[in-house]
Amino acid sequence: MEADALHDLTAAYALNALDAEEARRYEAHLARCERCQRELAELSESAGALAYAAEAPLPSADLRARILDRARAERPNVVPLRPRWLRPVIAAAAVAACAAIGLGLWAVSLSGKLDRREAALARQQRVAQILAQPGSRKISFSRGTLVVGPDGKGALLLNKLAEPGPGRTYEAWVADGGAPQPAGLFAGGTTIAVPLERPVRDGATVLVTEEKAGGTEAPTQTPFLIVRNAAQS
Amino acid sequence: MSQTPRLMPRSFAHLSDEAVVALLARSDESALAELYDRFGRVAYGLALRILRDERLAEDAVQEGFLAAWRNADRFIPERGKASTWLLTLVHRRAVDLVRRENRRRAEPLVDGVDSPSSGSAEDDAWLRFERERVQSALKQLPDQQREALELAYYGGFTQSELAERLGEPVGTIKSRMFTGLARLRELLADPRPGEAAWKPTPYTT
Repeated sequence: MEADALHDLTAAYALNALDAEEARRYEAHLARCERCQRELAELSESAGALAYAAEAPLPSADLRARILDRARAERPNVVPLRPRWLRPVIAAAAVAACAAIGLGLWAVSLSGKLDRREAALARQQRVAQILAQPGSRKISFSRGTLVVGPDGKGALLLNKLAEPGPGRTYEAWVADGGAPQPAGLFAGGTTIAVPLERPVRDGATVLVTEEKAGGTEAPTQTPFLIVRNAAQS
Repeated sequence: MSQTPRLMPRSFAHLSDEAVVALLARSDESALAELYDRFGRVAYGLALRILRDERLAEDAVQEGFLAAWRNADRFIPERGKASTWLLTLVHRRAVDLVRRENRRRAEPLVDGVDSPSSGSAEDDAWLRFERERVQSALKQLPDQQREALELAYYGGFTQSELAERLGEPVGTIKSRMFTGLARLRELLADPRPGEAAWKPTPYTT
């Protein structure tokens, strides 16, 4: 779609009046278009005001407690230390992307060459196999999810991770009582599935660092992601 | 027994909505409670207006607040108010639900009917004031613009569905939405509906 036509979608986007495909295209455009970002901020403010025109009866008294209980159950076991996540586009776009990783493993945006594509699909299939097993565990954090099968096979699903620097790679590690052991190399992307090459036992920790291309045998950098494989309470 | 440090009871009264969202990004549950206390009722009113079903409306509110909880670190204050961000999340959940449940209707917004409420008198007064202010601004829009905004925002119709329903080209619907929202912004920025909008104008020589 032409850029002009995409600019024109701002008002409809502010009103949540685009279908899913249109919204996705608009969000991709929005990431690069400062004019639309400014305009959307203004039009969203008007759209938000419309919320106040509706009658506002009281919801049931226990709704507040239900929301807090659910939030507590989701509290992430994660310590982001040195995030190098992509600058979020806008909250709404980020939420859509986040929903994609939560629900649609297959909604991974595949760009570039076919072999990269096939490799990405193969990785997704391995992750899907883990998820399909009964008793697999999902540990959510704000930028993604760690999934671990009952046999300890694990994978990281990450959302909107910037590409590593030139000549660098991301490296995943599993630490299980001792030094972190290498568990796979990967690049950045909008939605990434990283099967871990080492088992992730109960209580083990998964870390990610940025290392020189080809990876290293032990982490040389401070991890920017640390997730513990523990039941979320 | 674990030695969990006890959290100091904290008062949020002096914090802006944006500051509360910043605390939310640090997984502070009391910030979520505070946000609910500030916007739960408006959010529920909005969701109920769209879904017309109390259970579904509560689902939408819950999902919207949990989306805020999960994604508070993505909120960018430079891109708008925290309240707008939160209500957009709830609105999106409500619209998703109404589309899925196929419950959309196109009745105009009924106004001036005060539902029985057992909120605090202050809340009631403030919400009524805001409601009247926005409704009055809406009434000042040309009919076609108001219709486009209401059907999209409260009805959950997409722009393509609206075009079909109203028998207009999509481009016309887009421009009604845009002009309507832009005009609404001006109207709401005015000091108060009913008062003359007076602005000092700069000198030109």
